[in-house]
Amino acid sequence: MTSPNPSVFLLMISGQIEGAQFPEYDDLYCKYCFVYGHDWAPTSGLEEGISQITSKGRGSTQSLVWNFPLDITFKSTNPFGWPQIVVSVYGPDTFGNDVVRGYGAVHIPFTPGKHTRTIPMFVPESTSRLQKFTSWLMGRRPEYTDPKVVAQGEGREVTRVRSQGFVTLQFSIITKDMKKLGYDTTSGEQAPATRLAGTEQPYRS
Amino acid sequence: MSTPSDLRDKLRKKRRALQESLGKVKDDTQALVPSDSDVTKENERTAVEKLTGRGDDPGETLRRSLKAQRMKKKKKLLEEMSMEGPPEEEMVNEEITAVQELQHDQEEHSVETLAEEGRSVRLQRDLPPLPVARADSSLSESSMRQRMREKLRVARSKAASLLQQEASLEQPSHLRGPRDRETLTRFDRETDLDVHEEESSFAARVKFRDAARKATRDKRTETGLPTEEEAYKFFTFNFDPEPQESRRKDRAKKKTRSTDDEENEGEEDEEEEEEETGRARAREGEDESRERDEDAPLVRDEEEDLFIIDQSAKDFLELKKADYIGYNRRVLREREIFFTPSTRPVPASCKLPENVQPRYLEDEGLYVGERPPVALSNQNILENRILKEDGGKKWFGDDGRILALPDPIKESSSRPPLYHLEEELDPALQTVYRKPLKSKYVNRYIAGVGDTQGDYQLDVDVSGLIFSHHPLFSKEHVLGARLAQLYDQYLSRQHKNLTCLLTDKLNGLRNTIRNMLELHSGEGISHVTQQRIAEYKQEVRHTRQLRDTEQEKDRTLLKSIIKVWKELKSLREDKGCTNTPYKLYIRREEIQRALDEQEQEAEILAEVAELQAESEEDYERKLNEYKRKHEEWKSWKKKQKTLKKKQKQRRQQSQDVDEEEEEDEHSEEELGEEPVKPEAPEKPDIAGLEQQVREKAAKIRRKPGEPVLVPELTASNPITPNEACPRGEISRREDVSKRSLFVKVLYNDKEVSRTDSRSLNMDFRVHFGQIFNLKIVNWPESIKLQIYEGVSSSSSLIAEVCVPVPESSVLTGSTPSEELEFSSNQRVTFNHEGVGSDVPVSFTNDGSNIQTLLTSGKLSCCVSWAVGEDDIPLAPPSTQHGAGMHSGLRQMDAIACIGASGLNDMKRLGKWAAESRLDPNDPNNASIMQLLSVASGGEVVAPDYFRLEQLQEEFNFLSDEELERSRRFRLIRLRSQEEPEFRNFKTIPATEREISEKVFEEYDRRLKEGEVIDTKEHIDAHRALVAKYLQKVRESVINRFLISKHHYILSDLVVEEEVPSIGVLGLNLFKLAEPKRPLKPRRKERKKVTAQNLSDGDIKLLVNIIRGYDIPIRKPHTSKPAAGSKGARSYTETFTAASTSQTALQASEWPLGQPVIRPFVEVSFQRTLLQTSTAEGPNPCWNEELVLPFSAPNGDYSTSSLQAVRDEVFISIFDEVLHDVVEDERERGSSVHTRIERHWLGSIKIPFSTIYMQSRIDGTFKLGTPSVLLGYSKERSLGSEGGYDAIRSLSEGTFLTLFITIEPQLVPGDSIREKMKDVKFDTQEVERLLLACEIFEKDAGQRYPDRPCVTTVVDINGKTVFITRFIRPLPPPQELLDAFPNNSQEATELVVRYVSLIPFLPDSVSFAGICDLWSTCDQFLTLLAGDEEEHAVLLCNYFLSMGKKAWLIIGTAIPEGPTAYVLTQEQNRYLIWNPSTGQYYGQHDTFCPLQTVGCLVNADNVWFNIQLYATPIRMSFDVTKPKFWKPFFSRSFPDPGLSSVQPEDLVYRRTDKAYAAELQDRIEKILREKIMEWRPRHPTRWNRYCTSTLRQFLPKLEMSGGREVAEEHRLELQSLLGDYRISGFPLHLPFSEIRPIIEAVYSTGVHNVEAPNVEFALAVYVHPYPSNVLSVWVYIASLVRTR
Repeated sequence: MTSPNPSVFLLMISGQIEGAQFPEYDDLYCKYCFVYGHDWAPTSGLEEGISQITSKGRGSTQSLVWNFPLDITFKSTNPFGWPQIVVSVYGPDTFGNDVVRGYGAVHIPFTPGKHTRTIPMFVPESTSRLQKFTSWLMGRRPEYTDPKVVAQGEGREVTRVRSQGFVTLQFSIITKDMKKLGYDTTSGEQAPATRLAGTEQPYRS
Repeated sequence: MSTPSDLRDKLRKKRRALQESLGKVKDDTQALVPSDSDVTKENERTAVEKLTGRGDDPGETLRRSLKAQRMKKKKKLLEEMSMEGPPEEEMVNEEITAVQELQHDQEEHSVETLAEEGRSVRLQRDLPPLPVARADSSLSESSMRQRMREKLRVARSKAASLLQQEASLEQPSHLRGPRDRETLTRFDRETDLDVHEEESSFAARVKFRDAARKATRDKRTETGLPTEEEAYKFFTFNFDPEPQESRRKDRAKKKTRSTDDEENEGEEDEEEEEEETGRARAREGEDESRERDEDAPLVRDEEEDLFIIDQSAKDFLELKKADYIGYNRRVLREREIFFTPSTRPVPASCKLPENVQPRYLEDEGLYVGERPPVALSNQNILENRILKEDGGKKWFGDDGRILALPDPIKESSSRPPLYHLEEELDPALQTVYRKPLKSKYVNRYIAGVGDTQGDYQLDVDVSGLIFSHHPLFSKEHVLGARLAQLYDQYLSRQHKNLTCLLTDKLNGLRNTIRNMLELHSGEGISHVTQQRIAEYKQEVRHTRQLRDTEQEKDRTLLKSIIKVWKELKSLREDKGCTNTPYKLYIRREEIQRALDEQEQEAEILAEVAELQAESEEDYERKLNEYKRKHEEWKSWKKKQKTLKKKQKQRRQQSQDVDEEEEEDEHSEEELGEEPVKPEAPEKPDIAGLEQQVREKAAKIRRKPGEPVLVPELTASNPITPNEACPRGEISRREDVSKRSLFVKVLYNDKEVSRTDSRSLNMDFRVHFGQIFNLKIVNWPESIKLQIYEGVSSSSSLIAEVCVPVPESSVLTGSTPSEELEFSSNQRVTFNHEGVGSDVPVSFTNDGSNIQTLLTSGKLSCCVSWAVGEDDIPLAPPSTQHGAGMHSGLRQMDAIACIGASGLNDMKRLGKWAAESRLDPNDPNNASIMQLLSVASGGEVVAPDYFRLEQLQEEFNFLSDEELERSRRFRLIRLRSQEEPEFRNFKTIPATEREISEKVFEEYDRRLKEGEVIDTKEHIDAHRALVAKYLQKVRESVINRFLISKHHYILSDLVVEEEVPSIGVLGLNLFKLAEPKRPLKPRRKERKKVTAQNLSDGDIKLLVNIIRGYDIPIRKPHTSKPAAGSKGARSYTETFTAASTSQTALQASEWPLGQPVIRPFVEVSFQRTLLQTSTAEGPNPCWNEELVLPFSAPNGDYSTSSLQAVRDEVFISIFDEVLHDVVEDERERGSSVHTRIERHWLGSIKIPFSTIYMQSRIDGTFKLGTPSVLLGYSKERSLGSEGGYDAIRSLSEGTFLTLFITIEPQLVPGDSIREKMKDVKFDTQEVERLLLACEIFEKDAGQRYPDRPCVTTVVDINGKTVFITRFIRPLPPPQELLDAFPNNSQEATELVVRYVSLIPFLPDSVSFAGICDLWSTCDQFLTLLAGDEEEHAVLLCNYFLSMGKKAWLIIGTAIPEGPTAYVLTQEQNRYLIWNPSTGQYYGQHDTFCPLQTVGCLVNADNVWFNIQLYATPIRMSFDVTKPKFWKPFFSRSFPDPGLSSVQPEDLVYRRTDKAYAAELQDRIEKILREKIMEWRPRHPTRWNRYCTSTLRQFLPKLEMSGGREVAEEHRLELQSLLGDYRISGFPLHLPFSEIRPIIEAVYSTGVHNVEAPNVEFALAVYVHPYPSNVLSVWVYIASLVRTR
């Protein structure tokens, strides 16, 4: 399995969407998907998922818990386009319509190890007050055409968003062959000096 | 002990007594200084009289009189002092030490104080009396010190001034000197009266006592002084508020010397004095204590006798034991008041909020600095105290300790220690002291402007302006203005009322003189009094003169007011109109004649008397003068006489000595000439004087008894309305109303704002009332207001007014607006009533009284500093203000300093820089400093190159060449450039070696193709060129598109429900009433889905095959030639020929009783092939839904990507033919063994983009059928023949009813089209036209959103062109016209065919729905590719040149979507031509694919369809009816005469026949190879004979225009190949490339025949048309040997 000259590196992600804090809303569920560059390909695991609906507990903590597992492995040749996870949270509004409660995205951590990420969530705003009213009345809040929009920077300038809530994720990252391909993501001290003599540097022709 | 009330009573008594005694004292004083006080008294009295006359309250009067008196004294004393000076100096005693002087000084002061109080008890002294002063020595000391200082100062200044004055001969008594002098100083310090009667009297009494005591002693000890009584009285005046016994003693001893002390003092040095003061003070202390003991008994002895004071100080004092409170009690009491924090430590729970555990940051691993050391007890005290305070807990941190910053003190010195402390210190390291320099340029900007607090704001309030003269003034206005001005003057004079005042003054003065004279009644008029009287008289004279002039002025003013008013009135009468509202009323105030006369007479008399007195005085003086002169003259005469005598003597003595002679001459000269003998003055003419006075009075005063005239100016006169005015006046008023004014506000010569333009009113007042708030950063240097006057649009500067920069204390709200006058010397003349400016104007009819008036007026404005929200003035600190700023400014600006030319002179610049001490670190000066450093450093070492990023090289980790060579890098780069080959390249390998060169091969090749044209691929070199060109156009458009693709709008990103409009809501409400299950249900709009969140398999294409019509039926191969007339057709030939009913016959002919046809439909899309079940008969009904999956290219479901999908849906009808393959007849009964063959009958292809854009396709479509189908025939083949009949049967081909849609419904991507509108194209059209286009299209789009409206199109160069420019008659190729010279219809059809043969290239597909590019006809013919528009335009142009009435139809059709057709008018019928297929339809043809007609276009105009219906059947094409068609160019917007973009003539190239033949061979060869390729498992045999037959056949087909002319040929073929069952058909295609031909052949599926003995026949024919338009025929047939 281990080859001295690998052509791809692997990024193994396991973790979970732990829960969320949406002080005003209840009975929420979330969807997730990954956004990654051209050079990336999932080798195993689910790229998308939808969680159960969770309600707030009676206790003091007002957080919503999903504990929704993530398990996916990517292979890639190029760190460009490093995967991002896009989480969107939905829940019923006062009329029982399913409306979006937040979009958020975060890069998968680069370094191996356990990481916890808290993503601030936001939703697009209605363009006008009237729109807001009708959207509230009809239960059709403005949504992104594609939740993946939140993982890209292009075209965001035309939207207005309102932030609400947080989602907490936890990742455990394992990488394989990154270093062999010349990408060192660990911090300086840990970098071993035992570079293989035959390791070819990239960009050397 | 006495109660306070008792005390008060006693005090009052005493005061009264004192006052009595004081009265005497006053007299005594006068006696003491008789000469002086006489005058004083005199003055005093007059002053008192004057003042009392005004009726003030007595107290006030007294005070004032005293003041006045003092003032007078002061004057006099000053004079006297100057006289005293020198003799006193002689008396300076050497013995007097500095100390004594000082003591003296103080004493003098005390003396003076006492004297003052003696004179008037009521006067409150500036120092508070100290009744118990003895006990309080410290207080007295401090006040003494203070006073000493004061005195020193005063004395010094006085002495200095005195020394300057010259001594005079008069020498008054010494005694009076000091006192008077001190009185003088006392005046200086006098404060307002503050009556504390008791206290002052009490103090006075105490002092009396002291003074008395002393006096008694002094009397005895001293000799050579005034008498006892005198001395006593003198001293009793001295009320010293301070206990200064010692001083008094000294004073008594050195009384004689005291007078001259001040002279010495003044000459003392400052330092000395300071020293002395100190010493003196020390001694004072000692003296005091000593003296007190001695004095005590004395006081008691004498006071009873001397004064009527019955109680001593003791009676007023209460003696008490000092309060003592025991320590414990005090502690207890203090505890109630004070809080003493305990030193015990505070428990942590108190310091933290409840239920919070202390948190130790340090334990949590956070860095906590070391706290500064504080003693624990102190800390405890602090904590305890803080806890008691409000909100004290905030001082405690989480750890329960007081918040503290870490200890700032470093343990070790951070400064490196300096070794070699001795001599070895490097001189460079030595610290050098430099004086701090104050920057000069700080002042340029207001300090702290950058901060929030430092914003300064100036409020400029421009309230309005009033013209005092304006060029547009009529004469009446001028007079009115003058009248108003005079009236204003009058009012102000009236307000000041100078005349009255002066008269009063005059009377007062006269009274005074009279009183004075009366008082003294002539006997004892002292010198002083005389002098005073003289002064008064002088005053009277002066006042009288003043009054006279004022009166005269009043009178003349009144006169001129009346005069102007009269002029005004006459002017109004003259002109017959009134322009100004002024109206003058003159009120008469009747006066009692007798009284008035009397008064006047008295006045005159008084004046005369005065004048007489004056003249007499004058006469006296002159007489005196005369006498004196006369005396002189006499003496001179005497001298002269004596001299003459002497001379005579001398002459007699003979002339011995020269000197003497000289002397004599000299003396003679001295005597000078003889003085003129003075003449005796004349006696004044008394009678003449009276006459004079009376004359004057008559001139300047009212006549006695004449009523007082009071003018009153009102603005109540009605202004004549415009209609009633004369012509000139009307034009003037019109002119006025045109004028408007505005004011520019210039701050530091920069315009910051301007007021609104206000029109000029008839009253020439303009009200702006605007406040400008200027936030300022720079110092205000000037604030200017410029007044501009504008006529219509132009405006001119009238005047400029400079407003002073306000003081920083001038704040908004508290500042009244000021009126600033302005004027302008512009010369303005008018030819109407306006008087103009700087033009001489006459105000009388005779032309006299010429005046020149300049424009002038008053601007009312106010500049002040704003007040901030919290009442903080937004003014800069005034200290910054000053000259420094200006000088700084001047120096700052190099140009201002050395001039612009100096900038080039390096030396001067350097000098200037050095002088002005430019700050080298100021970035503003960087350029200058650099210049200077270069200049001073000599030559510049300029690098030979220039680099933008000098350090870039440092960051390159590879050289560019290496980077270029890297394949991986290149790949990444190309991908990011979105090169089509790499646009979605996945997983670029991680290492270089994994990338093969092959990846780039295609790309490189494509790049190379740019230059080299691959002929092989395109067969035709010309077409390759065209293809290249198209490619380039496409690329440029795509690039533009890519730019816009990255331009997002909200709907790209966010899905938002649209707000339902009222109409929609209403419809929805209406729908509620609808039946739930209507009889005729309608299709419901499905929810639209944006394409982006879809993935493969989500989208399905639903194809509903409903039914077919007129499918060709099989023909038995042995059929007889069908009877059909193939005669020439014409338009007129009606479709009458009945179809021969062959069906029954034919059907019977078929074996196995098979039906005439078993058609089925096969739909292929994206390599998916689905087919319906097989139906039977020529009009089958399938009614089947086929579901085809759709996958977008590269899995990209974005709108743009979907629009770019080029896939097409192929819908083909096949005939399923069953062949019995059972060879053996015997088996036939038991087994069925058939072979299924499918014969292609026709097909439709619908591009996916059309489905996507239209979201559904519903209708009956004509099948693209080959013109000849071997083995099949139309059921009613004759039906195909038809002219332009209105009633045409369902004929002419096969039809298929379809419904196609996409599930789920996708949102069509109109957004890109919308966005492209943002991307402005260049244009040569006029802006006005474009605007009109926009409005027209918008309007159309709003009213009929489903009707396409096009007015501007984009040509191939990417420019916007108006659509009518494309329409122009152009001749078709001559040979087409020549082909049917006699038959115009044939020719027309040929032309249509020619147009339809030009290959179709949908640019909406190639350009991904971005935009339509319209090419002109020559471009179209050169490119030989284009879509509907080009075809339609070309056809329309041909039609026009052929003399038809033709229009372009912009509309929508199935299946093309938005398209262009051509409409022609033929013999009252309208024909609709589909230019790309060559088909034509009548207006009422139900199968016309044109569904909507949006607009019609011809060379002149564009008409938009505003009819109710848009389908051609239901509408009228009469464009002249405005009810139906809305023209673009109308009367309101006429056609500007747009020239056409089309060429004048088209040049047709004759196509090379040989070339066509060559192409024909090539296509045939390729097709053969392909068919063999497609049949890999079967041998492909070619039937040569058949092929050659077919080949002959094709040209005929071409000649006939593709119609079924081949029946006989087919029969011929049949007969030739009798044994074969032939199925085949000719395909007709326009030629563009070879690939479409291959595909077309493939799609027929002819090659799929798998019969073992099948043979094929293939023939290709290429027919050349002019300009390389090629018509390609492919005849393909399969032959199966039947036996």
